[in-house]
Amino acid sequence: MPSRSLKGWLYLIPAIAFLGVFVVYPLFDVFVYSFEEGYNSASQTFYGTGIYNYSYVLRDPYFMQALKNTFILVIVTVPLSTAIALLISVALSSIKKLQELFQTVYFLPYVTNTLAVGLVFMILFQKTPYTEGFVNQLIHLFGGPSVDFIDGPYWAKMTVMCIYTIWIVMPFKILVLTSALASVNPDYYKAAKVDGANEWRIFTRITLPVISPMIFYLIITGFIGAFKAYSDVVAIFGTNLNSAGMNTIVGYVYDMLYGNGGGYPSYASAAALILFAIVLTITTINLLVRRKGVSA
Amino acid sequence: MKIVLEHITKRYPNRDKKRGGEVVAVDDFHLTIPDGKLIGLLGPSGCGKSTTLNMICGLESPTEGHIYFGEEDVTDLSPELRGVGMVFQSYALYPHMTVRQNIMFPLENRKKDERLPKEEMLRKAEEAARLVQIENLLDRKPSEMSGGQQQRVAIARALVKEPRVLLLDEPLSNLDARLRLSTREEIRRIQRETGITTVFVTHDQEEAMSISDEIVVMEAGIIRQKGHPQDIYDEPANLFVAKFLGTPPINVFEARAEAGRVYIGDACVMRAPDVADGPLTVGVRPEGFVPCADGPLACELVAVERMGRDTSIVARHRAHERGQIRTIVGSDVRFDATADEVRFSFKPAKTHLFDAATGERIHADATPVTGNGAAHA
Amino acid sequence: MSAETNQLEERAYTRSRRIRTVLTYVLLTLWGLIVLFPFYWMVLTSIKSYGSYNAEYVPQFYAAEPTMQNYVDAFTAVPLARYFLNTVIFTSVTTALALVVIVLAAFAFSRLEFRGKNLLFTAFLSLMMIPNELVIITNFVTITDWGLRNTFLGLILPSVTSVFYIYLLKESFDQIPDELYRAAKVDGASDFTYLMRVMVPICRPTIVTVLLLKVIECWNSYVWPRLITDDQLYFLVSNGIQEIRENGFGRENIPAMMAAVVVISIPLIVLFLIFRKKIMEGVSQGGVKG
Repeated sequence: MPSRSLKGWLYLIPAIAFLGVFVVYPLFDVFVYSFEEGYNSASQTFYGTGIYNYSYVLRDPYFMQALKNTFILVIVTVPLSTAIALLISVALSSIKKLQELFQTVYFLPYVTNTLAVGLVFMILFQKTPYTEGFVNQLIHLFGGPSVDFIDGPYWAKMTVMCIYTIWIVMPFKILVLTSALASVNPDYYKAAKVDGANEWRIFTRITLPVISPMIFYLIITGFIGAFKAYSDVVAIFGTNLNSAGMNTIVGYVYDMLYGNGGGYPSYASAAALILFAIVLTITTINLLVRRKGVSA
Repeated sequence: MKIVLEHITKRYPNRDKKRGGEVVAVDDFHLTIPDGKLIGLLGPSGCGKSTTLNMICGLESPTEGHIYFGEEDVTDLSPELRGVGMVFQSYALYPHMTVRQNIMFPLENRKKDERLPKEEMLRKAEEAARLVQIENLLDRKPSEMSGGQQQRVAIARALVKEPRVLLLDEPLSNLDARLRLSTREEIRRIQRETGITTVFVTHDQEEAMSISDEIVVMEAGIIRQKGHPQDIYDEPANLFVAKFLGTPPINVFEARAEAGRVYIGDACVMRAPDVADGPLTVGVRPEGFVPCADGPLACELVAVERMGRDTSIVARHRAHERGQIRTIVGSDVRFDATADEVRFSFKPAKTHLFDAATGERIHADATPVTGNGAAHA
Repeated sequence: MSAETNQLEERAYTRSRRIRTVLTYVLLTLWGLIVLFPFYWMVLTSIKSYGSYNAEYVPQFYAAEPTMQNYVDAFTAVPLARYFLNTVIFTSVTTALALVVIVLAAFAFSRLEFRGKNLLFTAFLSLMMIPNELVIITNFVTITDWGLRNTFLGLILPSVTSVFYIYLLKESFDQIPDELYRAAKVDGASDFTYLMRVMVPICRPTIVTVLLLKVIECWNSYVWPRLITDDQLYFLVSNGIQEIRENGFGRENIPAMMAAVVVISIPLIVLFLIFRKKIMEGVSQGGVKG
């Protein structure tokens, strides 16, 4: 049998090689980097080990800004996008005519290039000396003052960011929720109707509990995704995120690694591990809450 | 091609890892299959018959022992080098290929220097299809065919490479009752026409008896009896074989021998002068019962089922293994069907004695007793 | 009389239901417009001439004199064709390599028996939890050390493997009954022949799904290409669009930028419209954007 055993490993060589070099090894390496103090990427030397990199990152105002931005993004977009997706999915599954058309349209953002469409959002929201921009035009229509969403006040930039993020994550959520809704056994609805439940009660007492695992799944993946926000931010505000005050944690990692402020893989590693720890903690809390919720 | 299985043993590690140890699937299996015969391996599920078939095929290798095709030792040869064709229980047709592609697949897998030219392969595929009478279905996909047709494709695929040995694993079990009858004749015909040594596995004794030249009855990895189907039915070597063959099954009674007589309960049913005193088991085929007013065995009459050609009498007796006797008698046999009691005597050729402990057959001259069985007292 | 009230109730019920249906369609149409509007705006802007666009202080919803000039500019003033070609090369080579790796690995896990299989599979699965952000730092250093910055090899190598797709295909391979494998053995097929001639054709739907998802992933990838290329010769469309935005036509030629955006968006939209069902099915099985 040794030859058969060998064969299995033979088929796995490509996968093991790729994963080993580009996932497993880096996984250990990132820890090593994060504890190497004063690493010089040119000479590839360092002069000590310790937690200095972490303390540097945590005291870096750019990192704190990135942390704040990321948290706002997460707290605003995850609940909002899930709620809107639920509303739309319920509406979508209640109709027959045009359902496929709507589904197709709603999925479009998923297959578009984030960077490309981000540019369109920038144009829609920006205000330059030459043009008010489309969104400001809308605001005028309702009698509000115009704002520069791209180079203007912090809250305005944050608003665009959140709107674009929601627009981008929506297709996935709608898709998952509509398929969850479609898989609810229709007998439940019939039974509930026979039992005299009104539609709101049917929704809260039957539909929601049945699809709650999927909602929960969306919330977790939503959290993880939003914590890793980066390219959508670049799409709207450009690559120089620190000066725009719109950086995210992932953006900070890349900036530390490469680019204008780059060349510090140690700081980048420390920041990446802090991000990983945050995501892990929140996922764990979510899971614990969920378990408690189920057993109650 | 003669097949010799020389003391084959197959052990598996126990699946329940906590217990450890080994499971013996086939135990010291020794059998010679003559050239050109159709052999049925018969037994209940888990008796090791499929494992045996797989070892002949080369899908599994024996832990001990050797397998010969003719004079050639094929024990360590992989299936494709043995020249075997196999028909699987689920037919295992490749769902994405047409019938033609399915049949040609074995030919295409040959090594470059042994591969036939394309037209030759096509011709052989069509020939095999003609043999099983599916030549008009060659462009269909398996999903567009009935179970019986799929079965034929599987046979054609097994035959196309002109195997030395044809193996069939439960060939009829996925077919409905009517198809089963015609398919088994079909298998018999194809085997006769090609003359290929054929081994098939089944748990259905009727199937095995109806078409095999020889059957091998297995239990728990051991051969319990082999021989011509009728011989095995008439002269079972042990209680297991007697019970496994025949529908309705043989009727088994607890009995004892005393001074050259066999008693069921208080009734003396047989004279058997050579049998030693002690407990034994009596097996009587359903057709071995003769209802007669002075028969030795008195039973409570439960029901009489008339089926035209024969009549089935259902009766009750305490010493019967299942409490209920089922007999088959000719419809011309007269007896009082309204009475509460029916009395039987046994036909000696249909009555077998077995050792109560081992279940082995006790060969002894036995003569029927007429008159009231209790008369000896 | 009770019949009359019943009828009234019935009518009220029908009316409230009709109102709700209308509201439902209004809501769905509204969201549809929100989704489609950026696309409309991008096409609209791309056919406005530079002059007329900049003359609109209040943006117009139509193009008075549609022009294709911006598309010409997009291909001549900036190396859009180059970015496009790069992306096609990157996407096809990465996807092809990925499929080879995925099919072989899924086959080993699904069909072959070997020592340490279960342990290895568990290890593979646990790798699914590792975020790309964590490993990208070392990969950046590795590729730089290998001298592969600004090469296709450097772009492609770290983008090949996806444990999730191995898992997906293995699940699909597992559905194929055991007897088929044994039949193929008897028919003289080697393991590799069996894989290529039986398993791959049977599981083609899943393989196509994996292929489509991988193509989408590659076409839209931005972070890794940005880190590993600074030579425009190797820019992919994502980096290209960023480059165009920052240094391209000059900040103000927005119509030309939009033309470029349209050009790079079209391939995936076409792909999506062709394989709509398959893509949506695959994504709902567990593709996550990001």
